[in-house]
This record gives sequence, structure tokens and C-alpha cells, in this order.
Amino acid sequence: MTTRHFRVWRGDDQGGALTDYDVEVNEGEVVLDIVHRLQATQAPDLAVRWNCKAGKCGSCSAEINGKPGLLCMTRMNTFGPDETVTVTPVRTFPVMRDLVTDVSFNYEKAREIPAFAPPADLKPGEYRMQQVDVERSQEFRKCIECFLCQNTCHVIRDHEENKAAFAGPRFFIRAAELDMHPLDARDDRKEFAQEEQGLGFCNITKCCTEVCPEHIKITDNAIIPMKERVVDRKYDPLTWLGRKIFRRDQLESQK
Amino acid sequence: MTDKDITRLSYDVVVIGAGGAGLRAAIEARLAGKKTAIISKSLFGKAHTVMAEGGAAAAMGNANSNDNWMVHYKDTIRGGKFLNHYRMAELHAKEAPERIWELETYGALFDRTKDGKISQRNFGGHEYPRLAHVGDRTGLELIRTLQQKIVSLQQEDFAESGDYEARLAVFAETTITELMLTDGKVAGAFGYRREDGQFLLFEAPAVVLATGGVGKSFKVTSNSWEYTGDGHALAMRAGANLVNMEFLQFHPTGMVWPPSVKGILVTESVRGDGGVLRNSEGRRFMFDYIPEVFKAQYATTEEEGDRWYTDPDNNKRPPELLPRDEVARAINSEVKAGRGSPHGGVFLDVSTRMKPEVIIKRLPSMHHQFKELADVDITKEPMEVGPTCHYVMGGVEVDPDSTQSAVPGLFAAGEVAGGMHGSNRLGGNSLSDLLVFGKRAGEYAALYVDQTAERPAVAQSDVDAAMAKALTPLVEDAEGGENPYTVQHELQQVMNDLVGIIRRADELEEALVKIAEFKKRLASVRVGGGRKYNPGWHLAIDLHNMVVVSEAIAKAALERTESRGGHTRDDHGKMDPNWRKINLICSVQGDGVSLRRQPVPTMPIELLGLFDRSELAKYLTEDELAAFDESTKDGEKE
Amino acid sequence: MTTTATTPPRPRAAIAERTLRTDRWWLAPLLTFLGLAGFLVYATVRIFVNDNYWVEEFHYLAPFYSPCLSESCAPGSSHFLGQPFPQLPSWMSPAMLVLALPGGFRATCYYYRKSYYRSFWLSPPACAVPDGHKKYTGETRFPLLIQNVHRYFFYAAVLVGLVLTYDAVISFHGKEGGFGIGLGSLILVVNAVLIWGYTLGCHSCRNIVGGRLTHFSKHPIRYWMWTQVGKLNKRHQLFAWLSMFSVVIADAYVWMVASGAINDLRIFN
Repeated sequence: MTTRHFRVWRGDDQGGALTDYDVEVNEGEVVLDIVHRLQATQAPDLAVRWNCKAGKCGSCSAEINGKPGLLCMTRMNTFGPDETVTVTPVRTFPVMRDLVTDVSFNYEKAREIPAFAPPADLKPGEYRMQQVDVERSQEFRKCIECFLCQNTCHVIRDHEENKAAFAGPRFFIRAAELDMHPLDARDDRKEFAQEEQGLGFCNITKCCTEVCPEHIKITDNAIIPMKERVVDRKYDPLTWLGRKIFRRDQLESQK
Repeated sequence: MTDKDITRLSYDVVVIGAGGAGLRAAIEARLAGKKTAIISKSLFGKAHTVMAEGGAAAAMGNANSNDNWMVHYKDTIRGGKFLNHYRMAELHAKEAPERIWELETYGALFDRTKDGKISQRNFGGHEYPRLAHVGDRTGLELIRTLQQKIVSLQQEDFAESGDYEARLAVFAETTITELMLTDGKVAGAFGYRREDGQFLLFEAPAVVLATGGVGKSFKVTSNSWEYTGDGHALAMRAGANLVNMEFLQFHPTGMVWPPSVKGILVTESVRGDGGVLRNSEGRRFMFDYIPEVFKAQYATTEEEGDRWYTDPDNNKRPPELLPRDEVARAINSEVKAGRGSPHGGVFLDVSTRMKPEVIIKRLPSMHHQFKELADVDITKEPMEVGPTCHYVMGGVEVDPDSTQSAVPGLFAAGEVAGGMHGSNRLGGNSLSDLLVFGKRAGEYAALYVDQTAERPAVAQSDVDAAMAKALTPLVEDAEGGENPYTVQHELQQVMNDLVGIIRRADELEEALVKIAEFKKRLASVRVGGGRKYNPGWHLAIDLHNMVVVSEAIAKAALERTESRGGHTRDDHGKMDPNWRKINLICSVQGDGVSLRRQPVPTMPIELLGLFDRSELAKYLTEDELAAFDESTKDGEKE
Repeated sequence: MTTTATTPPRPRAAIAERTLRTDRWWLAPLLTFLGLAGFLVYATVRIFVNDNYWVEEFHYLAPFYSPCLSESCAPGSSHFLGQPFPQLPSWMSPAMLVLALPGGFRATCYYYRKSYYRSFWLSPPACAVPDGHKKYTGETRFPLLIQNVHRYFFYAAVLVGLVLTYDAVISFHGKEGGFGIGLGSLILVVNAVLIWGYTLGCHSCRNIVGGRLTHFSKHPIRYWMWTQVGKLNKRHQLFAWLSMFSVVIADAYVWMVASGAINDLRIFN
């Protein structure tokens, strides 16, 4: 057991500041344990959002020494023995209080994506899909909605004005998931991603992938493939030529 | 905002809880055309259901065509040691496949079989491979699928009315503290919004409880902070009954080290795939704990046990794969005998038995979990594990078909409902349970609204009382009051030590004395800091629920003088057929919990007849067996 | 928080520090900047040198000048593609005719985009470090919308790969004619291999060979190809750097041998 120095941002929409605490730390603990100890011993009203404490629910997103991460997945032994640990709320969303932010932006964006469109001719129980065909979408469904990718993405982190036009990485993987779903009945997912979700804002600097606690390859497996699928339809010279020559109008939506 | 400010909202159906059961109920109520509110203690989509790993049990017969609802039914009843409500188990076994298939139409992507159907996996207590799954994150898939279905319904409403929440609204980070009753019927629910402490009154003739379990009253638990038994307590205070509260499932393998992850689950598949349990002396101690009744089915030597992994048809399975309660008790005994691991568990080892690449392929999330949370590489060193409080079999006593409790207009589904799992739940039956009964709860709540001519009005005095109660712990200066965190820690310690996995009369009596003290201390719990997202205040309110539920558990555990499933009495080690006929019912009387006995509903002969007589003989009394023989004889004559 | 959707937008946490990162987050963009800038400097110098790109003795052609398509090319340096371009003005070198293709491929490559948006444009320099610019529209409009031409450059890059492979093959040429092996031939082979590793691991390639399909199960061969390309794609960044180094090394080696600064190390003939 040692005593460690912590700085925790405390405040609300009226303002706030980093507050200093000296707190006991035991072997094997994570940052969330320390925040809980602060609550129990020094600051009962310290607001923090958390749930499963096992990296499975994505509630305790925050920034630790400036890096976006889950409080429950940041082990204390990743810091130097005398290092001060600074914990702040995520920056991209409005603060409610202390470490808790209002993430409603994400729920609003989620509502704008057209839902899975079930095939009209299949009844429940009749769905047949091959494992290789569902695997890509399954990767995206690992998402625990911690919104760290949304928080880290500079498109909205540094440019509040882009929020209206940009859905963010979490919803690009949702778009990719549906576009790659073997039985989804819509075929305008690519256009939607480009025109309504602001796929073009992404300059693939990959911070979303870097912070993803589920290690989803957001950029390589979702965003870039979606950009490429847009290119398939809009810009590819060979596809265009192929359509002209072979009259294969369905080429771009090969199933 | 003044103290007395309140937001009044009117709905047809209010669903408390946004886990699998709650969301499924809300979908059904909305599909029935009812204006529905979902109250979620956390953010939308974070509920405890995400923690479920293994899968959802449903006899679809995709992996083995011999499977059907009758086999599933028998497995469930056997797992619950014949204490289950027969009708719930029957509905569950029959309806689970439809509920799973339906999820695919919402967009779920389960793992597939070669012919493209939903893949099903083996699990403890299930005769055939039966668990629909997505790797080891099935719960997440379930919650996300239901969440997205709700969004799609909101989109439909938006297209129609321009308002996403016209008929289905989610109140995230909102807690209900009291149900409102008028003339003994549900009239609404009172609560607060975490964000700003704003009080909310939901006026509604029907309320569905889907609040999950009670595990947070225990020190070592796989449950999240939300699991404070809110639904159990709300139901009791509203006049409904709880059944089977003495039955708690302790999962044998939770992490014990480091402290930050103490209690977090280590999936059963680790043992299924070859993991073995050893004590500090390196001994595979499970061979010393095979009960007489299981001797015939389990290997008695390490050699034979090891052969089973590659040749299960010609060898008996190793005792590491005994039912959860047996393994949990054995680990407990080893630790008590001083043969535990450094941090008070035992060793679960795959590193010396499987190649690193095999471990990573078969147990990816366990490898990940230990690596990232504990800095332990399970391909190189053993895990330390011990029992962890996992699931409460007990819950609100409901009518099986409608899920309605004794209080008109109050429904319950999922973990908060009791009876379905008897004294012990099988792995995989929880996810299917919440789909089957979640759907029924929504359906019957909607029906109840249709049949309610006049919506009961909420009495202002009730609202005032609820508000006053909620505000009591909140003061300018908390100096001199009880710290809610301290009370919580002590309660968790008491429940863990005295009402834990192995129970004794004297310890249970001691626990009840302690609980009585906690009740007194609750009155003086004080928190400062205002109403805005104040965790201390929220805990102070939740504590009331934790204490009353703890009392129900301890009382029922003291009363039941036998050992069965999730209730083990050191002083009454045997299962007693006479006790099988008795359910213990808890309700609130005055300031405390009162307990009474009630007969277990009798299983009709067509269901009882599914079992072999030799199996029934293990559970039923002589009289019951005689009656069974009599009725089957009649059957033969016909 | 679906219920708070109607409340007006609220301020973010007022944290004074622009970034609270305590690690050396500036190191990676700095190294990237130095690496890319070094390459640009070399390339610029090299295309104006307009000499010493062909070693007649061993049939070594410097990659920066391959294929050599003009009548101004050094004798023997033009190969199967001939000399479709006339004599060039003296300020122009044949390298300028072809470098646009591999250059464009790399400039629009998804990996390089990440690297220069971070290290040159500081948008952002590192994760959770503020963007260096006030306004940002990304690739939604001209000129950056043009990044979508990556697909065209990929097709061209395949041709470049073939040419470099051809160059590597003909470099096995003995001093006296016939077969021979020198260090130069080996360098050109390694370069061609790395260039292919980079070209085939391209995200566009991954999409074209199979990524665009919805049902892999109906296209087993394309699924296999997609899997293989995926393996390269995972190391796209690595191949991007290795092939960039190898092309500089190969080019510089040929330059030095051609100029007589060093002698080719002959292994056989």
C-alpha cells in the first residue's frame, strides 16, 4: 500500500478545476478503484459514471493523464511509482458534473441511422447465414458504446461546429455493420454514410482505432471499406467501364 | 429548481429496468400500441445483461435434432431441484426458440452452424448443445439488438408524428424510489433523474419491474452497482410477495485477484475446455469432493478425467465439471482448510495443460480479461479463482402466464421475478428467461391497460411522502451522520460472511441482528453535496432496498432447514423431499419482512410423466411417489 | 440520455490545459515528419539530377527513372515500353514523366494520409492533442475530395509494380552478357518485393478483390484473396515505410554505381 497523488477535475457546466487528492493505492488496483476510494473516504459526492467494472459496458470513459480510456481498464501499475495521475471527464461532450458528461449526442446520432431492414420474404427462424458472411459485422457488434472513439475524434473534439454534420466513428461501424449484413434489405447504406453521416469528414488519422478498448479495427475494417464502397459506386473507372460494356447494372451491388 | 419541483409524466406502461427483460417488455407494450416509458438506472444499453457470456438456451435443435422443449424443460427442473414453478419452466422451454429467432429479425448476428442456422453450444446441465451465442459476448448482442429494435420503433413513430418519443421513451440515468398505489392498484412510479436530481412522477396504470438482481449486497459479486434489489424492494413495499429468496447462485469461479476485479466471472467454458482446479499443494482437489449421487457420472482418477476431453463417449467427465453449487462448496472448503491460493481462492490452471495458441483461440476473452485487468497471462500462469455471488433465483412471485404480481397492474420479468429457476438456475437459462417473460410482461401489461376503464389517480400525499423520504439523507453538512459507503461496505461484509455460500443457523441469526442494526442506522445516513449527480445520495437511497432484501434473504435462509441448489446449510446438509413442497414467501409487514410457508404449485401429471420414476424418487416424498404411481397406472388403463 | 435531447447544448468541462498528455506524444509525428521530408528532399534532388540512372554493364535501372519513356533517356535504359515521349527540354528529366504515378499512389494512400495529416498538417498531431487548425472540413470537399482517386492510382501502381519486377529480372545481367548476379540485382529484387507488399496490401486492393462483396460464402476464391490481401493490409504501414526506404536505397545504389562512386559488388559474373 502506498499513498499516491491524484488530480481529479471537479466542477460542472459553470466551471471547475483540477482538485488535488492524496489517496491510498494497493497492489493490483485500477484507476476506478481509486476514484471509488476517494468517494468512500474523501469526496462522497464525486460524480463518476460506471457499471460493470470489467470493461464490458463502456460506462466509465474518461481521460487519464490526457489519454482517453476506461477508468476500469487503466491499471495503476501502468504509471511510474511517483507519477501524478490526472483524471478528467471526456472533453468532446458537455459536462454534467465532475467526471460525468452528457453523451446524448451519440444517442441522437444512433437514431438517425435507418435500422436493420429485415428481408421481406423470410419469417423468424428461416434466416440462414454463413459464418464467414457474418464475421465482419460481428466485429463491429463487439462495440460496447463507450464513445471513446467519438470523444477522441478531432473532427468534433476540436470543432464543435461539425457535430451536426458528423456522426462519428461509432456510427460508421454501425453503417458498415449494416452494409455488410448478409440479409439487410437496404442498399443505400453507402450513400447514407457519405451524404448524411459525414463520412468524408474523416481523414483516417486513426485515433478512434487507437483508443478502442474492444480493439475493433474501426478505420481499416469499417471506415476505409465504406469509403471504398462509396468509390465503387461513384468514382471507380473500371466499374463504370464494366457497366457500360457488359451492361451489368448490378455490378456494384454484387451479393 | 425548488425542492418541491416535480415533473409529471403520463404513460400507459412504465417499464423499470432497461436490461434484456425490460427492453423486451417495452417493445411488446409499444407494439401493442401503448405509450411506454423505459426507466434505466444507467445509460441506455449499459444494463447488466451485457455481462452474460455463454449464451441463451433455446431448444431449436440446430446442433442436435433430438432436442425439443420437453428435454429443455426436464433439464431446467432438474437444475432447479424440482422447486421451479412448473408452468414458468414450461412456457420458457416452449417459447424460447421463437424469442431467439425473433431477435434475428431485429438484426442480431449469432454465430452460425455449417448450414447457416444459429449455432448452439454445450453448457452445464443442458443435455444437448442448446445455447445460441456470439463468442462469449452473447449478453451484449442481446442488449444491443433490443436497443436497436427500440430505436427502430422510435424511428417509425418519428416518421408518423415527428416525435421519436411519441410512444416509446427512454429515461436514462433515472431511478425509481417508490411505486405509487391507489386502492391497492398500481397508479404510477416516483423517482429522480441522476443528472440534476429532478423528481419525476410517472402516472401509469401498469408497471413492469425488470430491475435484475440483488448481488450488490454481497462483498464478492459478479454484479454491478445497479444490482441493489430495487425491484424486489419496490414490489414488497407495494404489497407483492417474494418467493425463493434463500436461493442465491454463487458461481464457483470468480476472479479473486487483483482486488479491482474481485468477483468478476471466469466463464465455465474454461473448465469445459480443460482447465483444472488445484489447491496450494498442487492437488486436483475436486476428486475429493464427488458426492455419492454423482459418483457414477464422474471420473474418479485424473487419468480418466483427462481422457474425457478427447474421448467423452468412453470416459467419465472430470469432477471440475460438477454442478456450480458443488464446485463452489468444494473451493470454499479448501480455502477454509488453509489450502487456498495467496489471495484466498484456488488455482484454475490451463497453462500447463494447453498450448498457448490453443488457449488464445478457445478462450479469447478470458485471455484478454486476465491480461488487461489483472496483468496475468493465463497461457503462462494459473488463474486464482473463488466463488462469487452471481444470481438470485428468488424474486417477485408472479402469475406465470401474465407475469402479474399480487398487486394489480404490477408485473415482473427477468431476474427480479421468482419461481422460474427453482433453487438453482442453469447457465444460459437467464437470457432466454428474460426474453420469454419480458415479452409476456409487456403483452399482459398492455392487456391490463386495455382492461382498465379508469386510470387510478396518484394521491398527492403519497408523492409528498416519497419526496420527503428521498430527500431525508441529503443535508448541507453531513458531519455526524452515517456515511452511506461505510454502511454499504459493512452490509456487504455481513452478507458475505454470514449469509454467504455456506450457512448456519447461528450465523444467520447473527446476520439478522446485524441487519436490524443497519435498519436503525439507515435513518441517520447523511450526505452533502446537493442533488446534481451525487453518487453518495443515490447510494443512501439504494441502501434501503439493499437492507430490506438482505433481511428477506437471511430470514428465508434461516427458515429452510435443508440444503438445496443455491442454499447450503452446514447444519442441515441433506436435501429433504418434504421441503421440496414448500415455498417461502416474504412480504413487508410494518418495518420488517415477514415470512410464511406456501405449497409449491403441483406439477401436472403430463409434465411429471416426462421424468423417469427413478429420477423422481430422488426428489419426491413417498406419498408423492405413490400418487405418481397411481396416476400412471390410471394412464396405462386408459 | 435521450430525455435531455431537448435541453440546450451545454458547455464542455472547462479544462485549462490544451492537452494533459504526459507521454512523448510529439515523438511519432516528429519522426514521421523527418522521414517523409527526407524522402521528399531526396526525390526532388534526384529527379533533377537527370543522370546516372542506368548501368549499361549490369542492366541496372534506377527505380526513380523507371520506366524511362522519352527519347532523352540514356541509351539502353528504355525497355519494352519504348520511348513514346519525344526529346525533353533540358530542365525536364524522364523521371518527371513517371513519378506522378507511384507518387500519386502514395500521396492518396490511406496510410500516408494518416501520416501527413498528423505530422505535416497537425490535424491532429496526436490523439487527444488539439488540431492545429481552427476550421476543419476533412475530405468532404475540393481539394481533399480528390483523395478518392486513390483507386485510379492503385491500378497504375500495379503497372509500376510490373515494371519494377521487370527491372529486377533484367538486372541479373553479367558483365560479359548472359546471366550474372550483383548486389544491385538483389537490391532491386528486394525493392520489387517490398513494392508489391505495399501495393497489394492497399485498402483499395482489399476492397476490389473481395471486400466489396456481401456474401463471401458465394465467392470462395475472392474470399481467399481478400484474406491474403488482409494479411498484407494489416502491415500496410510497415510496407509503406520499408518500400519507401528500399526504393531510395535501390535508386541511390544505382546512382552511385552509375556515377562510378562505388563499384557493384559482384556475386556471380
